[in-house]
Amino acid sequence: MTPASNGLDQVRREDERTTSTEVRSRSAASVRSRLTELRRPSVWVAAVVAVAVAAWVLVLADGTPAGAAADDPGKFLVTVLDAVTFAGLLFVAASGFTLIFGLMRTVNMAHGSLFLLAAYVAIRVQEAMVGRSRNIDPADVGLLDWLVPMLAGAGVAAVLGLAIQQVFLQWNEGQEMRQTLLTLAITVVLADQMLREFGGLAQRMVWPGAVTHFFTIGGERYAATRLFMLGIAVLVGVLLWLWLNRTSVGMVIRAGVDDRQMVRGLGINIKRVFALTFLVGSFLAGVGGVLGASFAGAAPGTDGSWLLNSLVVVIIGGLGSLKGAAAGSLLYGTVVAFSPAYLPSQYSYYAIIMTFGLLALVLAVRPYGLFGRPA
Amino acid sequence: MTRDDALLEVRDLRSGYGASLVLDGLSFSMGVEAVAVVGRNGMGKTTLCDTLVGFLPAAGGEVRLAGRRLDGMAPEAVARAGLAYVPQGRRLFPSLTVDEHLAMLARRARGRRWTTDSVYELFPRLAQRRHHGGAALSGGEQQMLAVGRALMLNAPLVVMDEPSEGLAPTIVDVLVDAVHHLVAEGVAVLVVEQNLRAAVRMADRQLVMVSGRIEAEFAGDELLDRPDLQHRFLGVGATAGEPA
Repeated sequence: MTPASNGLDQVRREDERTTSTEVRSRSAASVRSRLTELRRPSVWVAAVVAVAVAAWVLVLADGTPAGAAADDPGKFLVTVLDAVTFAGLLFVAASGFTLIFGLMRTVNMAHGSLFLLAAYVAIRVQEAMVGRSRNIDPADVGLLDWLVPMLAGAGVAAVLGLAIQQVFLQWNEGQEMRQTLLTLAITVVLADQMLREFGGLAQRMVWPGAVTHFFTIGGERYAATRLFMLGIAVLVGVLLWLWLNRTSVGMVIRAGVDDRQMVRGLGINIKRVFALTFLVGSFLAGVGGVLGASFAGAAPGTDGSWLLNSLVVVIIGGLGSLKGAAAGSLLYGTVVAFSPAYLPSQYSYYAIIMTFGLLALVLAVRPYGLFGRPA
Repeated sequence: MTRDDALLEVRDLRSGYGASLVLDGLSFSMGVEAVAVVGRNGMGKTTLCDTLVGFLPAAGGEVRLAGRRLDGMAPEAVARAGLAYVPQGRRLFPSLTVDEHLAMLARRARGRRWTTDSVYELFPRLAQRRHHGGAALSGGEQQMLAVGRALMLNAPLVVMDEPSEGLAPTIVDVLVDAVHHLVAEGVAVLVVEQNLRAAVRMADRQLVMVSGRIEAEFAGDELLDRPDLQHRFLGVGATAGEPA
């Protein structure tokens, strides 16, 4: 150790000098790039739109279903809660999608199918546990009668996702078009099979009785189940963050997003990591499906709409980024909750257009999404 | 060029991209020592590294590490068989901190010679910057991290591709010391270098690569003192210390 250490003492001093110069020049460069970004017209357009929307919601929105926030803070508060709680559901559904894309560059079009399948399986398990197949009273549903079906549904989605990855996708690594077509085909097959098995009527998972009640906030009644859903989303987010940032597997996944080949060069079997990532991503799709079925029910077509929701979230937030999924969910959730409440009543039908407005605006300012980077 | 006590034995290795062969019948062998492969740009040095570590499939010939065939193996299997790689340009992971670069390999390194602690002991500067991301490090620190990451594999052979590239001379000194230190500990080091002076300081044996083959072998400072040989093997106007 001695010769190397002696050399190091000298080098450390020299290196500190070069480091501080490099760091200075790098921070100057980053300030410059931020200033350049500020000069782009799209950033100004986005800022003006944000200020205009805020002014509209706060004082100008008379004649809308919710009214101006300054006049009716209770409605505003409820709309904010709607936005945040729906964002929670969006986050759970989209986080698995973005996790799989980040490492494997696979746009898993079967994500919505896994979402719906988990929902159906959970509903069946819940019916079996409660002992009734329709008109289930929340009072009869204990916490376990919701949690166990949730785990069962998400578990089935996870295993099916892993099977899809092992049977179809691992042979087509790096071939995005093939992966997309394969997963789309799987979606079509699964949709038909689910229609055959579970029928065409909308079904609903029942929230546990313990959380099915209302409370009053700002003079408005609000469902506790939405907060329960948000709590689960936060728990999922925290666990996912801990997994990716505090465990060696998570570090390997993040390293694999950066440079897959180099990870292999360190003796790590990336195929096993891919499989695990697909398993977890599909499990999250399943958890999202069960939350979605409890929140708004499950029916044929739910798979497509939740694939679209996940896509919108990750396009806004940036593909492959967990932070992006959180930010994208919040923005998308906000637009979905605020548009019908704060558009003039005769224009409420056009609320859906605001989603596309948000997409266009985000992509104009940041073409790779808020936290995305080039593939 | 083969030896009885060879740790790494490369015989008639052929490799390239598509139909064009960059390595064309390359052979050499080395024991537990430092060996440098020098050559001009475009002679196939990086292709040699990529083929050895399994990033590029060999089109023919064989690579043996301690008697075990490596050619045809996937990169992860090559690394597990005992070949650690410090790539050109370092290829650190921008999303990971210094600590995380080492922590992701810590489980397999537990109880062996090179652990997170012993890498920090070899490169104390890294320990001070353990919570910084790869992009916030100076070039020298990045190279130390790339070497430290490779050491965590506890492999008997470390292959370094252009380790002195873009580094201040004092940082190159650290690398030279580290290479000598590794060899003294029984780790073989294969350095692929354009910088002739750095190559000579790191390794007593230098192999000259010309058009995908080893054309000559030198020992000690011989090549540094012979401008005619440098001219012949490493290109017109090449001078010691400059990229050869």
